[in-house]
Amino acid sequence: MKRVTEKTFSQSFSIVGREFFDAGKVSTEIKTMLKELGVDAGIIRRIAIAMYEAEMNVVMYATEATVTLELSPKAIRIVVDDRGPGIPDVELAMQEGYSTATTEMREMGFGAGMGLPNIKKNADHFRIDSVVGKGTRLEISISMN
Amino acid sequence: MKPDFRSIRIDTERCTGRMKCLRICPTQALRVRNAKAKLLSDRCIDCGECVRVCPNHAFVPQTSSFSDFSGFKYTIALPSPVFYSQFGKDVKPSAILSALKTVGFDDAYDVACASESVSIAIQEYLEANGTPRPLISPFCPTIVRLIQVRYPNLLDNLIPIESPMEIAAREAKRAKMHELGLKENEIGAIYLSPCPSKMIALKNPPRKKHSFLDGVMPIADVYPNMMRALSHSDHTNGKSEIRGLGLGWPIVGGQVASLKAEESIAIAGLTDVMRVFDEIENGKLKDIQYIECHSCPTACVGGSLTVENPYIARGRVLRMVEKYGQEPCQDRQKIRDLYQKNFFSLVGRIAPSPVQPLDEDLSRGIQKMHRRQQTYELLPKIDCGACGAPSCMTFAEDVVKGEAEADECVFLAMKSFESMSTNLLDVVGKHSKKIRGNIAS
Ligand SMILES: Nc1ncnc2c1ncn2[C@@H]1O[C@H](COP(=O)(O)OP(=O)(O)OP(=O)(O)O)[C@@H](O)[C@H]1O
Ligand code: SF4
Ligand SMILES: [Mg+2]
Repeated sequence: MKRVTEKTFSQSFSIVGREFFDAGKVSTEIKTMLKELGVDAGIIRRIAIAMYEAEMNVVMYATEATVTLELSPKAIRIVVDDRGPGIPDVELAMQEGYSTATTEMREMGFGAGMGLPNIKKNADHFRIDSVVGKGTRLEISISMN
Repeated sequence: MKPDFRSIRIDTERCTGRMKCLRICPTQALRVRNAKAKLLSDRCIDCGECVRVCPNHAFVPQTSSFSDFSGFKYTIALPSPVFYSQFGKDVKPSAILSALKTVGFDDAYDVACASESVSIAIQEYLEANGTPRPLISPFCPTIVRLIQVRYPNLLDNLIPIESPMEIAAREAKRAKMHELGLKENEIGAIYLSPCPSKMIALKNPPRKKHSFLDGVMPIADVYPNMMRALSHSDHTNGKSEIRGLGLGWPIVGGQVASLKAEESIAIAGLTDVMRVFDEIENGKLKDIQYIECHSCPTACVGGSLTVENPYIARGRVLRMVEKYGQEPCQDRQKIRDLYQKNFFSLVGRIAPSPVQPLDEDLSRGIQKMHRRQQTYELLPKIDCGACGAPSCMTFAEDVVKGEAEADECVFLAMKSFESMSTNLLDVVGKHSKKIRGNIAS
């Protein structure tokens, strides 16, 4: 769960798909930790938005995910690794406005197709890998300065 | 003007270390050390929960009393609209206002009408400003402080419009200065408040500016004399000169009801407020125009310095709105013109006031976070409070910051006692064998 190198701190969290009651919890927990460290408010906002969108995608489309947070004085790195259907055409999914959200999801205010593009926009470094039938892995880094 | 003025102080004489306050504090700002409560003022948001819960009244609101006003030539009471809900059924607001002139004030001035003006100003502001969304009401000082301390990203969402309390104080003073030929500092304007947090407007306003208020007195302190004054005659009949939707401001939804903003919501209670603020910080709720926010779960009728049961008070407010609310007290166009002349505007930014971080240096902070987690793993994770911290996690943090010793946790102390005594038994066992052997030989 934790890696014992003095300069970094890491912690993992889990997200359960379809669990709308807890949706947004991991994002809030990570945000709280960054506030406790006195991280710049602008950076916290970017992390909050990116993490929230990633979390909601897991809740809506995947089965479950493990989130690993790594903090160092230089950067915040988050890996969201899910077990789920994967994304057949990642390039398409990355386009603004592309969404496969159901009518119910849209009624709940999701499905604008802005999540992934927003994550990318808020990250300094972003990587997405997906294997159909297995899952999707997002890597998000934001530099501390 | 101390920058860290907090509207609540602990009277350690009265505190018996009951720990009720520990758990109730929504920002984990309290500890009990040596059987006395201690306030970490960087975390305190003046919500008054501790004032309400302490059986010994050890949390003393830093409000004003009559003796503070002896220097003024003339005093004006400005009762929060909550005040109108504190007395018997159907007592008219105007009767309450005139009774105030018999309990120690030279005059009394209605604030509900200022609330109506302010709601017209908010309306104008919403129409003129598309972003950021949602805008947040700035009238509960605890909410403003919560944003300064925990949600600095939302400071720009606070509407920069003056509170009804300030508008009323300014207007009341101007009228009397003109009428009596007095100077501003010869007139004392005293707000009769449902909560201690209003004191911040006076002592340490978030936007550094002049306040027209000279004092904030608890509603509860004026209550007994008012009851006496009102018992003399019948105050329930006839027309009330005090009217308008401003009368509804002290209950949840009162501000929203006085606006014509389609997408607006009202939230009360810090748990729900924080949940909504987290959502806004995550980039959500952009389709909402205005959020009315109250720290107290039943809004201002449930403030910590009120007397009446908040649900009864709420019922009375609803009745008053029904009876006197529909006819406005202000000319809408006149208020719009005043708005254009910046009569309601607040200038200057509100500075963030973040909680002291784990460490001033980020790498050391990260190391401390690591050590906090290690310490936490040793604890029973049952948040028993016996250590004087509200939760095992806050205790671990206190240990890492050097503000508490690990063995102040009874469980850790027991563990180390156990291993100590096992060692001791070992030693005793070995020696007694030897001694017994010695005797035998
Ligand atoms: N973790 C995931 N697993 C499977 N499919 C995903 C995952 N994340 C995204 N997708 C697919 O990519 C599409 C685009 O995702 P994106 O987050 O950009 O938009 P959205 O979730 O549809 O809408 P919004 O995020 O604006 O509410 C989704 O509609 C979905 O088909
Ligand atoms: S909700 Fe009203 S009574 Fe309660 S703290 Fe805020 S302003 Fe004071
Ligand atoms: Mg999405």
